[in-house]
Amino acid sequence: MDDDAKLIEFEAKIKRGEKIEPKDWMPERYRKQLIRMMSQHAHSEIVGMLPEGNWITRAPTLRRKMGLIAKVQDEAGHGLYLYSATETLGIGRDEMVDQLLEGKAKYSNIFNYPSLTWADMGVIGWFVDGAAIVNQTMLARSSYGPYSRAMLRICAEENFHKKQGYEIAATLALGTQAQKEMVQNAVDRYWWPSLMMFGPSDKDSPNTPLLMKWKIKRKSNDDLRQRFIDLTIPQAQRIDLTIPDPDLKLNKKTGHWEFGKINWDEFYEVIRGNGPCNKERMTARRKAHFDGEWVRIAAEEYAKKRKTNHSNNN
Amino acid sequence: MISNRDSKTGQALFEYLLRLGDDRLVLGHRLSEWCGHAPILEEDIALANIALDCIGQASNFLSLAGKVENKGRNEDDLAYLREAVDFRNVQMVEVPNGDFAHTIARQFLFDVYSYPLLDELQKSADGEIAGIAEKAVKEDRYHLRHSSEWVRRLGDGTGESHDRVQNAFEDLWTYSEELFFTDEVDDILVAAGIAPDLALIKKAWEEMVAKVMKDATLDIPGNDRYMAQGSRNGRHSEHLGHLLAEMQIVHRSYPGVKW
Ligand SMILES: [Fe+2]
Ligand SMILES: [Fe+2]
Repeated sequence: MDDDAKLIEFEAKIKRGEKIEPKDWMPERYRKQLIRMMSQHAHSEIVGMLPEGNWITRAPTLRRKMGLIAKVQDEAGHGLYLYSATETLGIGRDEMVDQLLEGKAKYSNIFNYPSLTWADMGVIGWFVDGAAIVNQTMLARSSYGPYSRAMLRICAEENFHKKQGYEIAATLALGTQAQKEMVQNAVDRYWWPSLMMFGPSDKDSPNTPLLMKWKIKRKSNDDLRQRFIDLTIPQAQRIDLTIPDPDLKLNKKTGHWEFGKINWDEFYEVIRGNGPCNKERMTARRKAHFDGEWVRIAAEEYAKKRKTNHSNNN
Repeated sequence: MISNRDSKTGQALFEYLLRLGDDRLVLGHRLSEWCGHAPILEEDIALANIALDCIGQASNFLSLAGKVENKGRNEDDLAYLREAVDFRNVQMVEVPNGDFAHTIARQFLFDVYSYPLLDELQKSADGEIAGIAEKAVKEDRYHLRHSSEWVRRLGDGTGESHDRVQNAFEDLWTYSEELFFTDEVDDILVAAGIAPDLALIKKAWEEMVAKVMKDATLDIPGNDRYMAQGSRNGRHSEHLGHLLAEMQIVHRSYPGVKW
């Protein structure tokens, strides 16, 4: 069968709603787009450990400390799981990690913002994991089998993270004046960057049509963003926090919240590396990687020795 | 449920529970510093997991300590509102993490102590301690497996890893004797069947340390060196104050609020 015929079969399969599995034929662009998206997603889980890891040692109660460690540990697990899912496309974890450390691969912009107070641990869980859920619920229906299954599994945990984050935020919002100010400040800082997590507007998102046609993505960036906003605003109202957007307005006809203009210049600046924490995040990841090199080599060497000893004994 | 908690036993029990709780709180805190910075992703997960267990155990022991003390302090009051000199952990767990070899060697020396201790505490005449130990010993079995595997891997890995982990053991040996410090607290609780005799734990510790270090082609450091002492009575290194400053800052900045 030539590639044209294979492509027709591939697209027919997708149209029928069947999953594409690692051994199935797929167009090179499908594979490339998936590797880009999935590895980016894995990197985001890993870099995402940093802003929250930043508060583990200062968590204000033992229960909160445990909750936060467990959450950051989950994110590491998501990263691991996503790296293995991406490996089914024929790329190794080492190569993906190198791409991240060399600055060739991206990760979610949101993690280039600093975590400044304990309240950020609430608002990150609430907004950032909340946005991740909206995105991942859609990706759980992705046409690529391993990605879709990874999303199903991960999303259950993200739901728990969001609940925990909202509970932290709510506790602060209903607490003393100082606590309330702390959490409002975090909302003010994280709202707009959270909206940018869904990526550029559809008209500026060149990959979207193909990704949608091949059902890698099932909804557009703007649709997902709208869904996140519609879900989140009532949650903020319930605990009396103000969303920092004077243009917010419920459109009674559509049932959707209309919102103000997103600062896309900021978005592109951060992508280009000029965000508040881009340098720190990459420095931290590189340091962990290079400081740990001797450990990885030792583990490999030890495994090799064990293998030879084993075969010598047989 | 609770054994004799008259004033003398009760006071000893409170002290003893602080020792158990503080060891695990401070160690868990140190381990959690690795989160996001470990040499491999699998170790980010493993170290976070062990940190989580340690802090969970600490929380249980400190909560019980508060009950025994009967002055209305809960686990958070004890963790966040005491000064360094009131902490009862060994110095081994408060020293900074160093490199991965140092963290692993410390964890191993502690696990080999903690696992048989918790194993014995399951038989404590104090039902609540026995209950905490019963759950904790399962966690510690995994901690010990993890740390001893890594000691073997690093010891018998490359020349560099061997040297690093050997050096770590040399540095940490100074703090090993403190694990087995005993005083009247132990005397009272051993007599009451609440705590095991640390001399027995020490024997198990020495055997296990010797076995794993031999497998790992490592030399056991000699005892002809300064041996740290005093932390069970609040004489710590300077490191603990800094650790607590970080740990307690948010809690202390907003007295009495809910988190
Ligand atoms: Fe995640
Ligand atoms: Fe999450």
